[in-house]
Amino acid sequence: MQSTDSIEKSGGRWSDTVPAHLDPRYSLRELECEPRELVSVCYRLTSEQGHHFAGLIVQEGPSVLELRYVFYADWPSGWTHVLVRQLPTNRTFPSISDGIHAADWHEREAEDLFDIVFEGHPHLGDFVLHNDRWQENLGPMRPGFDGRNPVARREPDLHWQPRRIVQAEGAFAMPIGPIYSGVTESVQFLLETVGEDVIRTIPRLFYQYRAVEKIAEGRATEDVLLLAERFAATTAFAHALAFCQALESICGVVTPPRACALRVLLAELERFRHHVGAIQEICESTALVVANNQVAILEEELLRLSCSFTGHRYLFGLTICGGLSKPLEDADCHEAVNQARGILKRLNALEKLLYDSSSFLDRLEEVGIVQESDARSYGLVGPIARASGVARDLRKVQPYSGYDSLTLDVPCEQEGDGYARLRVLFAETKQSVSMMEQAAAALSPGPVHATEVVIRPGAALGWVEAPRGAAFHWLSIGEDRRVDRYHLVTPSFSNWHGFHLAAENFAFQDFPIILATFGLSVAENDR
Amino acid sequence: MIPWVQKGLLTGIKTTGYPAREDASPGVSPGLPLGGEYPEQQASSLVDRCPTGAITLAGGQTVVDYRRCVHCFRCTRGTAAPIGWSPKYEWAALVGEGAETQRGLGRAFQHSAHILVVDAGDCGACLNEVKQLNNPYYNMHRLGFFITPTPRQADILLVVGVLTDQMRAPLQKAYDAMPTPKRVMAVGACALSGSVFGPSFVCGSGVGDFLPVDVAVPGNPPPPLAILHGLLVAVEREPSTALLSPECGAAQEARMR
Repeated sequence: MQSTDSIEKSGGRWSDTVPAHLDPRYSLRELECEPRELVSVCYRLTSEQGHHFAGLIVQEGPSVLELRYVFYADWPSGWTHVLVRQLPTNRTFPSISDGIHAADWHEREAEDLFDIVFEGHPHLGDFVLHNDRWQENLGPMRPGFDGRNPVARREPDLHWQPRRIVQAEGAFAMPIGPIYSGVTESVQFLLETVGEDVIRTIPRLFYQYRAVEKIAEGRATEDVLLLAERFAATTAFAHALAFCQALESICGVVTPPRACALRVLLAELERFRHHVGAIQEICESTALVVANNQVAILEEELLRLSCSFTGHRYLFGLTICGGLSKPLEDADCHEAVNQARGILKRLNALEKLLYDSSSFLDRLEEVGIVQESDARSYGLVGPIARASGVARDLRKVQPYSGYDSLTLDVPCEQEGDGYARLRVLFAETKQSVSMMEQAAAALSPGPVHATEVVIRPGAALGWVEAPRGAAFHWLSIGEDRRVDRYHLVTPSFSNWHGFHLAAENFAFQDFPIILATFGLSVAENDR
Repeated sequence: MIPWVQKGLLTGIKTTGYPAREDASPGVSPGLPLGGEYPEQQASSLVDRCPTGAITLAGGQTVVDYRRCVHCFRCTRGTAAPIGWSPKYEWAALVGEGAETQRGLGRAFQHSAHILVVDAGDCGACLNEVKQLNNPYYNMHRLGFFITPTPRQADILLVVGVLTDQMRAPLQKAYDAMPTPKRVMAVGACALSGSVFGPSFVCGSGVGDFLPVDVAVPGNPPPPLAILHGLLVAVEREPSTALLSPECGAAQEARMR
C-alpha cells in the first residue's frame, strides 16, 4: 500500500499521476481524477490496496457535479475518497460496478435521484422511484427540484411490468407484498418459480421512500438530527450517533470522555436489544412458539430497561452534537449493566436449549447460504457478512467514540447459512454486554456535553457499526450554517443488495426463515 | 421438547393486568409532556424549543398537541425550566365522526376484532411496538384482538407510518377490500401529523389526508399499552381521551384541527 509519505514525496500525487490531497486529522486522502481514469483508480484501490467500497456520494452545485466514491481500509490506514467532477450539464459517468459489484445499487440510486447516466451499467431505472408512479428523469435530488410540494406533473409508465429473469417453460413470478401477513414492513418480493421450488427472488424496495436526504436540505442541524434518529428508529441511537460524529468533526467539537463512554454503553445496549429482537424473529419464523415467547419476554424487558434508564424505549433524544442531552448517573449506569447481565444470562440458557432442539436446527442449517466470495464482492456488512467469514467490524477497523480502548472479539463464522447467522447474533450479544461492562467501569466523572458548540460550514463523514452493520453518514454544511447535503449509506441498503444470493433455489416454506435470519430493515434501506 | 415445556411452566405469568388494573411497571411508557399554565417566559421558551410545533400558546395556556410530539425531550432537557411530564399511556382518542358520537366499532366486536396492520412508511419503531402486543407481557389475544393477514377478514385497519406516495395505492386497495363496518386506526406521530417527515413531495401530513381516521394513537412510537388502549377505544371498551393537553373546549379543539 502506498503510504501517505510517498504521496508527500511525489508532490501530492497518488501513483505519480492522480492529484491527491491529504487531511491528516481524519487520516483521509482525496484523489481527484478524470472520469476516464475513474474505473482504473477504483479497481486498483480495491484489488491491489485492500480497500472496501463504502458508498457513492453525489453532490450537485450550480456549476459542478461532484461524485465522491468512499473507500476505507483496515486501521491504521484510513479513508480514501475518489472524486470526479464535471459540469452539471454533462451527466454521464463511467460505471465502476462491473468490477466493484458493491457499487451497483449506489449507481442505480444516483441514476434515479440525480438523473446521472452510468455508462456500462446493465440495469438502470425503476429503483427508488417506481416507474408505475413516477416518470423517469425526474431527478428529485437535483438542486432545482422543490421537495416541499407535490410534483405537479406526473407521467408514470402505466404499462410498467416487473423484470423477469427466469426464462423457462411454465415459469411464473409469485408476488408477495407490499402488504403481506403479520406485522411486517412494506416490501415486495417477486418469487420466480416453476412449481415447488423458488429459483430466484427479486425484492422491490423503496415503498417507504420518505426522501429523508432531500427534506434534510436547508434545515438546521438540530432538525436534521431528528431525521437521522427517526428514519430507522429500531437502531435510532446508532444513526443519531453517526450524524453527531459527522457534525462534530465538521465543527471541531471534542466530546468529553464521559460522554464517549456513555455513548458506547448506550450503543451496545441498543445492539443487545436489536439482536434479541432479531433472534426472536428467527424463532418465530421456525414456528417454535415457546422459544419465540421466551425471547420476546427478554426483548420487552430490554425495551423497558432502555426506558427506565434513559427515558425512551428506543433511546430517542439522547445523543446531541457535543455529547449527550441527559447526564446519566454512575449508579444508574451500573444498575442498567447489572440488569443487562441478568437478561444475558437468561438468553444464554435459551441459546443452549435452542442448540439442542433438532427440529429448530434442521430448519436453519444449510438454508440461505451466502458464500464468502459473494459476501466480499457484494460488500455485505454486519452480522450477515461475519456469518460468511468476513470478520470486518468498524468498531475494530475504524474505531470511534473510544472503542479502540475496549476489548472486542469480532465473532465470525464460516458457513454463511441461517444457523451461522444465528450463532453470530448470539455471540455478539455477549460481546455487547461485555462492552457495556467495560464502558461502565471506565466512566470518569465530568460533564457529558462539550462546553461550546459552534456550527461551521464544511463537510465530513460520520460512521458507526450499527446493529445491522456499517453505516456511513455524509454531512455537508453550507455557508448559511444549514444542511447542504446529507447522504446516508445504511447497512440494510448494502445487505438487501445481496439478499437474492441467499434466496435462490430454495423450497418456498424456507422463505420466512431466510428473511428472518437476514434481519434487515426496510425503513433503513428506503430512507 | 420436555425442557421447553418445563421452561414455559417455570416462567409463570408475565402478562400485564391492564386494562383491569393500571400497569405501573418501570419502562412501560416514555410518557408525554403536560400542558397547562406556565409562567409567561417559560411558556414562550417551551414553544421555541419544540421542533414540530406541538407546543403552542392559546388563551393564556400552554397547549401540547400530542399528535405532533416526537419525543425529542427538548422541552425537558437542557433547560432550567422543564415542562411537566405525565408518565401515563392511555393516549388514544376517537376522532372524526366517532368523536362526536363517541361510538367506535360497536358492541358486537367487543370480544373479537381482527386487525390488519399496514406499514405505510414507518421507521420500524411503531411496528415493533405493535409486534409487542403479541408478546407474553401484553398478549392481546386474551382481550379478543387478532392480527389477520388478509383485509377480507379485518375489522380494524391499523396504519403506522407517514403514508408515502408509493404506499397509497396498496393502502387504498387494502381499505377497499375490508368488509364494513370498519375502522381506521392511525398509530404514531407520523401517521397523525407527518411528524418530522411531512409534508413533502413524497408524503403528506399523515394518513388522515387520504383515509378517514377513526382512532388516533399519538406517541413516537406509542408504547404497546397505548396501542392496546387504542384498540380498546375502537371497540368501545375504554373511554376516549383527549389529544390535547390540557383538555380544551370543543371550539378550541376544532380550531386546532
